[in-house]
Amino acid sequence: MRRQPEQQPPPVLRLLLRYAKRGRLRFASHRDFARVLERALRRAGIPMAYSSGFSPHPRISYLNSAPTGMASEAEWLELGLAAEVAPDEVADRLNAALPEDFRVLEAVVGRRPEFTTSTWLLDVGQVPGLADAVSELLAADSAVVRREAKDRDVEVRPAIVKMEVLGDGKLEMTLRIGSPLVRPDDVAQALARRLPALNLQPISYTRVSQNLD
Amino acid sequence: MSDPAAGVWGELEPLLAQVVRPVQYVGGEVNAVQKPWESARVRLALMYPDTYAVGQPNQGLAILYEILNEPEWLLAERTFTVWPDLAALMRAHGVPQFTWESHRPVRDFDVLGVSFGTELGYTNLLETLDLAGIPLWQRDRVGEPLVVGGGHAMFNPEPVAPFLDAVVLGDGEEAALELARRVRDWKAAGSPGGRDELLLRLSQGGLAYIPSFYDVSYREDGQIASIRPNREGVPSSVGKHTLSDLDRWPYPKRPVVPIAETVHERYSVEIFRGCTRGCRFCQAGMITRPVRERSLVAIQQMVAGGLAATGLDEVGLLSLSSADHSQIRELATALVGQYQGSQISLSLPSTRVDAFNLTLAEQLSRSGRRTGLTFAPEGGSQRLRAVINKMVTEDDLLRTVTTAFESGWRSVKLYFMCGLPTETDADMVAIAELAGKVIEVGRQVSGRRDVGCTISIGGFVPKPHTSFQWASQASAETVDHRLQVLKEAVMADRRHGRAINLRWASGKPGVVEGLLSRGDRRLAPVIERVWRGGGVFDGWREHFSYERWESACAAELEPLGLDIGWYTTRERQREEVLPWSHLEAGLDPDWLWQDWQDALVAAEVEDCRWAGCNDCGVCPLFGLDIQLAKEAS
Repeated sequence: MRRQPEQQPPPVLRLLLRYAKRGRLRFASHRDFARVLERALRRAGIPMAYSSGFSPHPRISYLNSAPTGMASEAEWLELGLAAEVAPDEVADRLNAALPEDFRVLEAVVGRRPEFTTSTWLLDVGQVPGLADAVSELLAADSAVVRREAKDRDVEVRPAIVKMEVLGDGKLEMTLRIGSPLVRPDDVAQALARRLPALNLQPISYTRVSQNLD
Repeated sequence: MSDPAAGVWGELEPLLAQVVRPVQYVGGEVNAVQKPWESARVRLALMYPDTYAVGQPNQGLAILYEILNEPEWLLAERTFTVWPDLAALMRAHGVPQFTWESHRPVRDFDVLGVSFGTELGYTNLLETLDLAGIPLWQRDRVGEPLVVGGGHAMFNPEPVAPFLDAVVLGDGEEAALELARRVRDWKAAGSPGGRDELLLRLSQGGLAYIPSFYDVSYREDGQIASIRPNREGVPSSVGKHTLSDLDRWPYPKRPVVPIAETVHERYSVEIFRGCTRGCRFCQAGMITRPVRERSLVAIQQMVAGGLAATGLDEVGLLSLSSADHSQIRELATALVGQYQGSQISLSLPSTRVDAFNLTLAEQLSRSGRRTGLTFAPEGGSQRLRAVINKMVTEDDLLRTVTTAFESGWRSVKLYFMCGLPTETDADMVAIAELAGKVIEVGRQVSGRRDVGCTISIGGFVPKPHTSFQWASQASAETVDHRLQVLKEAVMADRRHGRAINLRWASGKPGVVEGLLSRGDRRLAPVIERVWRGGGVFDGWREHFSYERWESACAAELEPLGLDIGWYTTRERQREEVLPWSHLEAGLDPDWLWQDWQDALVAAEVEDCRWAGCNDCGVCPLFGLDIQLAKEAS
């Protein structure tokens, strides 16, 4: 008696998309983005491939989404299509359907890469002693910070591949993508422990790239 | 943002990094409308007094938002109650209540329109007014926005009447536009006579009820002596607005598509408005009469257009009892045919208990995901169902669940009320017995042991403009006792008890809802005291505090010789002047009283759509008639 779910065909084409979340939409979580994207794909009439099962889902997989509240110019996802569409056309049609602060920047045919590091730009403002604090942290073997929300300690030092003060109140850091994931605000907290003048509250974070090494 | 300098976004943004779910406050959604501020001559802020997640999907708000943004001279933006974490930060940093589009202060608008779906939103009204910098009491306002109430709860606005400038009863489409026009004309004329004349203009022809134009006097025993206009040229009673042709108002056409998660994620089309099944407890059914159906063509156009405009993948066919649409079969067949093979799913909320509905649910689920089956017998025994005029027999129900289990469903959910007039412990035992029978037939027809039945219990609250408006509300103790009786009866059923899942809520929030539902203006100080004591989001279990309401009532009502019981458990007599007696939903009070008397002797009344007019009084009063799509086409 029980119905069997309809089997869905595998995707005809897999696209890799790089997209940005900017401005006020940096407050969107990756689940928020996923909902927005699925609806934009439908409005744009892009033929999505679906998973099989009683409750079919679009075949979209997200790679290392940036935390809620942080902007990004380098979010990636893999999108399965049910029919051939030129990657550029997918990008154009999506951009016409997405809210302004979500932008598709790149679309290519391909499967999800295994990124190993992520580069972040922090706007920390002019803080005297920042360069020294950065050198001090890079020279240390260990730096443990506390994630209050999770009530957990995080060791950040091994994840820091590179960190550099760019002037103009900007700080760039490249962090290893690992488990547990070290976030740029964890590193900022480690810096603040060495530099009490560093005010964490107003720091803005933007991911600039994800890298394959 | 069109003019960031005038908005508070710059001050708000740093606060958002410190609150939960900040994305709910940012706006910028697909289909949000942001008009240039200077282009409009009248500006309205529309509010649902709950979080964005609850308020944004509200159908009434979505309809008015579109209609009020259509004329070039008019601009409407949205606002919602902010969660306490952000409210505290806003107070600390001097950021006022804002709108979601331009992030302008609500105070800069001409009108703040608030849609009240439930009385438990009243403390949130005060919270928003305070954050907006608008005086809570209407009498203290001068140049601030007009605060206008609408929605079902406003069929008795008296507990919040002193906080409101105006109230619009009934369907808002035409009335909201007319209200905006009168504000426009008054402003264009140089705002003659100030706020007072504007309110007078709004009162003309019964467009809006202006609470401050009416005086309420009380007798020594606490009952209302009279409710009378306190000035010339104001009607002695105000009636509801009723749209006569839904096809002319195909809204929402392109609702806002939320970025944040909300309670409903679907495109909803109201397939008809009104209901004449005559369930005696149901305020929505009583105040939205008569039945007005949308045509098949109009529904199909709305579904196609709405899906294209939103990209949503679920369509809700809304109404108070959707399977009652006179062409529901044709509609279901057409929509299923159209969306077969797509990932669009169709849902039909509020279905009644019969096999036809099940066929319909089966048919709809084929085009998408299969959802749970919920039926609402409302009363456990046949006698009690006759009292509430819910004409469902036990045989109907068992036949329906038999079909359900045969079709592969493994569990059903049954919804009942507790605390209904004339109810006894035996009626609760009857619920358990009914659930036992459901499990029994489920096991028989499916041949399996793992069938289940969820019993969901809601506390009954007597509502204004219903046959039960005179009834005694069961006390929280009575409701809790009856739930205990039910629990014991379920546990005592050794054969089926483990397959029955019981869900209920405590009786206490229902007492406060009952207090506010049938309350009068003397409750305004109670609401203010509760809010000053920290009461907000009373509809949320984690925020609701019965003790806060209890102590506010003690402080404000005791000096008047009144208490919570006076408003809730006290049965009213025919002669009593009810707080909403000057507000007309169209039901003839004599008919309503007779229906109440019929209820007490368990006499049923038929649906006028197929059994002839019952003379409830609505149609002749508004010059309307039932409008069935079947007859129009």
